[in-house]
Amino acid sequence: MAGRWKNDLNWSDVTPKAAWLNRRQLMAGAGALALGGIAGPALAKLNAAPSQYSTAEKPDSWEVVTTYNNYYEFGTGKEDPARNAHTLTTEGWQVEIDGLVDKPGTYTMDDILKGTSLEERIYRFRCVEAWSMVVPWVGFELSDLLNRVGVQSGAKYVAFETALRPDEMPGVNSRVLDWPYVEGLRLDEAMNPLTILATGVYDEPMPNQNGAPIRLIVPWKYGFKSIKSIVRITLTDTQPATSWNKANASEYGFYSNVNPEVSHPRWSQASERVIGGGLFAKRKPTLMLNGYGPQVADLYSGMDLKKNF
Amino acid sequence: MIFARPVNDFLRHVPAWPLYILGALPVIWVFWQGVTGGLGVDPVKGIEHRLGLWGLWWLIAGLCVTPLARVTGVRLIRYRRAIGLLAFFYILVHLLVWLVLDVQIPSQIWADILKRPYITIGMAGFLLMVPLAVTSNNWSVRKLGPVRWRSLHRLTYVAVTLGAIHFVMLVKGWQTEPVVYLLVVVMLLVFRQVRSLPGLRRA
Repeated sequence: MAGRWKNDLNWSDVTPKAAWLNRRQLMAGAGALALGGIAGPALAKLNAAPSQYSTAEKPDSWEVVTTYNNYYEFGTGKEDPARNAHTLTTEGWQVEIDGLVDKPGTYTMDDILKGTSLEERIYRFRCVEAWSMVVPWVGFELSDLLNRVGVQSGAKYVAFETALRPDEMPGVNSRVLDWPYVEGLRLDEAMNPLTILATGVYDEPMPNQNGAPIRLIVPWKYGFKSIKSIVRITLTDTQPATSWNKANASEYGFYSNVNPEVSHPRWSQASERVIGGGLFAKRKPTLMLNGYGPQVADLYSGMDLKKNF
Repeated sequence: MIFARPVNDFLRHVPAWPLYILGALPVIWVFWQGVTGGLGVDPVKGIEHRLGLWGLWWLIAGLCVTPLARVTGVRLIRYRRAIGLLAFFYILVHLLVWLVLDVQIPSQIWADILKRPYITIGMAGFLLMVPLAVTSNNWSVRKLGPVRWRSLHRLTYVAVTLGAIHFVMLVKGWQTEPVVYLLVVVMLLVFRQVRSLPGLRRA
């Protein structure tokens, strides 16, 4: 996008994790002496630029964002991913981009991040289970990548696929979903500036439990649309299958836009529990399209969102 | 079985009342963990789910008393009232946490009970437990007479089954843990049905 700050660093320039963890220990020690404590996010690393699309709401803590996750490949409990996802190897990550594109192929993280500038996008995140949090993602617009690989004129949808590694993912031995996890967007949804591929959170590289090294974020849709640890992106002319829709079509539609007026068959979507608010946190009314109507409502003009849930 | 007699002899000296106190301690423990962050960043769901699970454990424990006596000869029947009342207590607190800390909005509570099958089922299970809890005392057994009392308390079988179904239905997808609990409940109930078969009589 024009006028945006351009990053001249590569993925390979990111400080190795062992080094920064070690450095943090040293600094934490020094900080503890000097200040009696030090905050994690104060040690910024990705240097993501601020964005006009960020909400002014206060992000949830690092602890909330990284210990309360749905990532069924690592277990169905909310704390399971934080406990189990350390086994995921993200070094040498590759994403296959295929289908109706001019430049199909296998892309490394360096290839993907070449020429993109990382932005911080502080978004509301609303899970289909009626809870929500505010997360400071770091990423770039999906349209940047799609434009670079050249979307062909026949393409109408984008399909995504999560890594499937039984050796590293204890949860896939259970048939709770039909693995690998797949998701999809309509092309215009994918090209919307709110839709990002995130590679970090809190200005740190993406933790494994949050979908390292690269995941989708679509802030006006229920969280399960924002597929994690992507290994394949396919441009197609037919609506792709999506995992939760395959598992239960009457409960999870292809669109799955946040909509307080359309109940989940088993619970209301009219309000949400705010995670991180403690024992007596008040429920919050859920906003149409998670409050992103001004940016995305046009995508659905003339569509019956009760039918196309 | 060989160990049944010494175990039963020993249990003769163990009264049931301490079970009420010991059995109630986990409630305090669960709330304490929730308040101090031991249940993670979503303490409301953490407390709610743990109390529900404890309730189910007590219910299943209650169902085990008879098969255990039949298979091993170990008789825990005098602790069954405490087990049942503890199950009711945990489900009651589970329900209160859901009402007060989770849903919060009274109009939505009623809508949820009517419109959401897993809540309807859970609520039905709880309501069935109310007369059982109320009549879990010697006076009621005398007043109702053993035959009527016993047939009333067969409602337990329905309540446990509804509780296990409630658990299966409330999770996303077919998850292993709740399905295993439902199978255990079904197996324990089937065991009662086949008790008249001679082969299963206590040797």
